[in-house]
Amino acid sequence: MTDNTPPLKINPTLLKRRNAAEKRFRFYGLAAVMTAVLVLCLLLTSIISKGYTAFQQTYILVDIRLDAESIDPKGTKRVEDLAAASYKGLLRNALREQFPGIEGRKAKRSLYGLVGSAADFDVRDAVLDNPKLVGTTATIAVKSSDDVDSFYKGYIPRDVPESNRKIKDRELAWLDTLAADDRIVKKFNVDFFTNGDSREPEEAGILGAVVGSLYTLAITLALCFPIGVLTAIYLEEFAPTNKWTDLIEVNINNLAAVPSIVFGLLGLAIFLNFMGLPRSAPIVGGMVLALMTLPTIIIASRAALKAVPPSIREAALGIGASRMQTVFHHVLPLAMPGILTGTILGMAQALGETAPLLMIGMVAFIADIPGSMSDAATVLPVQIYLWADSPERGFVEKTSAAIMILLAFLVVMNAIAVILRKRFERRW
Amino acid sequence: MEQLALFFALLFLTVLGFILGKGRAVALSGHSDQPLHSRLPYYGLYTALWCGLPSLLIMAGWMIFEPQIAEMLVASQLRDSDASITPDQLTLYINDVVNLASGGILSREPDAALLSAADNYSLFRQISYFAMAVVAIAFSLLALFTSLKKINPALRARNQVEKVVSIIMMISSLIAILTTVGIVFSLIFETLRFFDKVPFFDFLFGTHWSPQTALRSDQVGGSGSFGAIPLFAGTMLITFICMVVAIPVGLLSAIYMSEYAGKKFRAFAKPVLEVLAGIPTVVYGFFAALTVAPFFRESGTLLGLSVSSESALAAGMVMGIMIIPFISSLSDDVMNSVPQSLRDASYAMGATKSETITKVIIPAALPGIVGAVLLAMSRAIGETMIVVMAAGLAANLTANPLEAVTTVTVQIVTLLVGDQEFDSAKTLAAFALGLLLFVVTLVMNVVALKVVRKYREKYD
Repeated sequence: MTDNTPPLKINPTLLKRRNAAEKRFRFYGLAAVMTAVLVLCLLLTSIISKGYTAFQQTYILVDIRLDAESIDPKGTKRVEDLAAASYKGLLRNALREQFPGIEGRKAKRSLYGLVGSAADFDVRDAVLDNPKLVGTTATIAVKSSDDVDSFYKGYIPRDVPESNRKIKDRELAWLDTLAADDRIVKKFNVDFFTNGDSREPEEAGILGAVVGSLYTLAITLALCFPIGVLTAIYLEEFAPTNKWTDLIEVNINNLAAVPSIVFGLLGLAIFLNFMGLPRSAPIVGGMVLALMTLPTIIIASRAALKAVPPSIREAALGIGASRMQTVFHHVLPLAMPGILTGTILGMAQALGETAPLLMIGMVAFIADIPGSMSDAATVLPVQIYLWADSPERGFVEKTSAAIMILLAFLVVMNAIAVILRKRFERRW
Repeated sequence: MEQLALFFALLFLTVLGFILGKGRAVALSGHSDQPLHSRLPYYGLYTALWCGLPSLLIMAGWMIFEPQIAEMLVASQLRDSDASITPDQLTLYINDVVNLASGGILSREPDAALLSAADNYSLFRQISYFAMAVVAIAFSLLALFTSLKKINPALRARNQVEKVVSIIMMISSLIAILTTVGIVFSLIFETLRFFDKVPFFDFLFGTHWSPQTALRSDQVGGSGSFGAIPLFAGTMLITFICMVVAIPVGLLSAIYMSEYAGKKFRAFAKPVLEVLAGIPTVVYGFFAALTVAPFFRESGTLLGLSVSSESALAAGMVMGIMIIPFISSLSDDVMNSVPQSLRDASYAMGATKSETITKVIIPAALPGIVGAVLLAMSRAIGETMIVVMAAGLAANLTANPLEAVTTVTVQIVTLLVGDQEFDSAKTLAAFALGLLLFVVTLVMNVVALKVVRKYREKYD
């Protein structure tokens, strides 16, 4: 047989053009992925560069004469008496002695403004730590105000006209004297991790929000893990296939895509207004988030149950186990790693959720650290939102630092999920 | 926290029930000629369920209804002493009584009547708590003894326990349905009340949105106006910007990852996209408000444009970044499910890779991609935190992305955050907007899920 096909004619210019188009297309794809990578880097660097300074706090060393008469007039030396004394006046005296010759209320007020509004508690804590200081003159580090703190972190530039600067020339001179005396020190900001919220940036901490988040997530987990797993078992292992179960399935898939703010409206209308549960409480927040994460957990659990091969079930049924025993003794333990992975991812999603919690009043300003599930509380993402809304310069770094802590929690949770998946999930 | 103590007491009784029930079964199995029907733990579970479940239900029911009954009691006392009181005054009075009893903030100085009412109220609450504790524990103990008595070798303990468990499973699978019903009813109920105050067409087709209603009738600004068109326009503008960013980037990165990227590159880029998807929206909002928006404003000033500091552009673009991983992972899935044979056929005809992708794979995967885009759009429409933090509050009717616009979700948040009286048009408007949001996203999701499912069936 002879080969009749005409020889393939290759048009070199066309081929060149097509190859160029191929290269271009490939480049677009790479550029798209790189855009995503770049944006992530940008986001993280912008947050870290704004936030890392929040872990430090500027302190001013002040020589304070701790008069025994004014602190502990009765000479009891009891801790309660030392704690109840007023240290504000002593601190102010010390500041005045540091800069003698300051006259006028306004000048004095701006001098007192160098230290934070709760700096007298630093003095008190130092005295409580070491009661022997009473009656002596001690050098105590007190917190500087947020403006001074921002100035030393470089957020308030020195070389702008005085009217545009929060630190005025006079204060600048005082600070320079203090700095020349080595009286300005930076320390690790422990209070950021041990305080609740505050109107003063230098006093604000995230412990209240972290505790609130823990309570809220505890409620969410306690509600949506059992309900989600039981639902998944029912739908996957027991439910007959009919219209009713079909409806439940469609319904769960749609719930997973309902905007989270709608769950907040549900919580407001049903839990707060109808059932009369307390506003701003972690218990209500936990319930709302549980309803929101339920579809995620059900879908993940069903996938995990589906992955267990039927042979396991048949073996158990074959030696006389009931259907319930088959599921709870054999299928569920094998599906557990997958279910737990899904649950942790659902919890991570709940931890980062803000919008529905705004609806049920968890945006209130709460300085106390919540002590129970029904106390008014706020959670980490809402705290971030609140601080991001605050006008003070000092809150910008606090916000970024709170974001870093929230992201750290999320990274840990996701890492646990990945480890769980890698180590325990079996592939059949 | 007295309730918690009762809860733990009941829990303790439940555990006790398990131990005693199992112990009784063990004893029976020792000296009875008839073999036990079920395995031993089932007798324990049988007793435990009887001990725990009914009394916990009693406790739950009591805690839901008791506050209402207590308030009704206060109200009836007050009506006896002062028949002319209006319903509003009554609610205020009851609130004061409750707050006084629980140490909250009052709306007035407490007088003698209020104090005695509060005393009565807290006395009633205390009595009621003790009654609840006594009833629940008594019931639990009673159930413990009767169920222990019932245990004998012929008792089908396993069947009964399994029945209860399967009922619990059915009830929990109903919760998903109940949630949807709850959402629909709470939204519809409040929305109907809203349309009592504001005509339906004024809301849907009005072009002026300023929800500030006056507290007194003689105040300027009177009744507020609720024309939601500017909100829809703002939402659509921001969603449009978001999709302009997210569709090309998401789609192209999905193509690159599924068709071009090597194993190593995938192992690096996939987690990056997952991290992008896992970042909380409030973080994106902060990024948009503090980094992206000022950047746009300053670059705008350099170019001689006036860019609002809350421009739609910044909010939309950051939202687009948030949506990228969503689109890319969904369309990665659909493109992977295009059969290899289609690719092979195309290569055999001499097509290059990009020609295969654009002329064969994408057309074949188009329904799935459309579904993914619809899902992404519904997510963008419902997204709240980014727009709350980075978009404006003023309802401008504009198509200029450099100006500030507001969205439906922003308005829901601003209308409902803070204390408001619950039946003003202002708060009810939030529910009307919520219903609209729910319906629109629901329709988009249903359509998208249907399209995706149909498409999957085509190639399976």
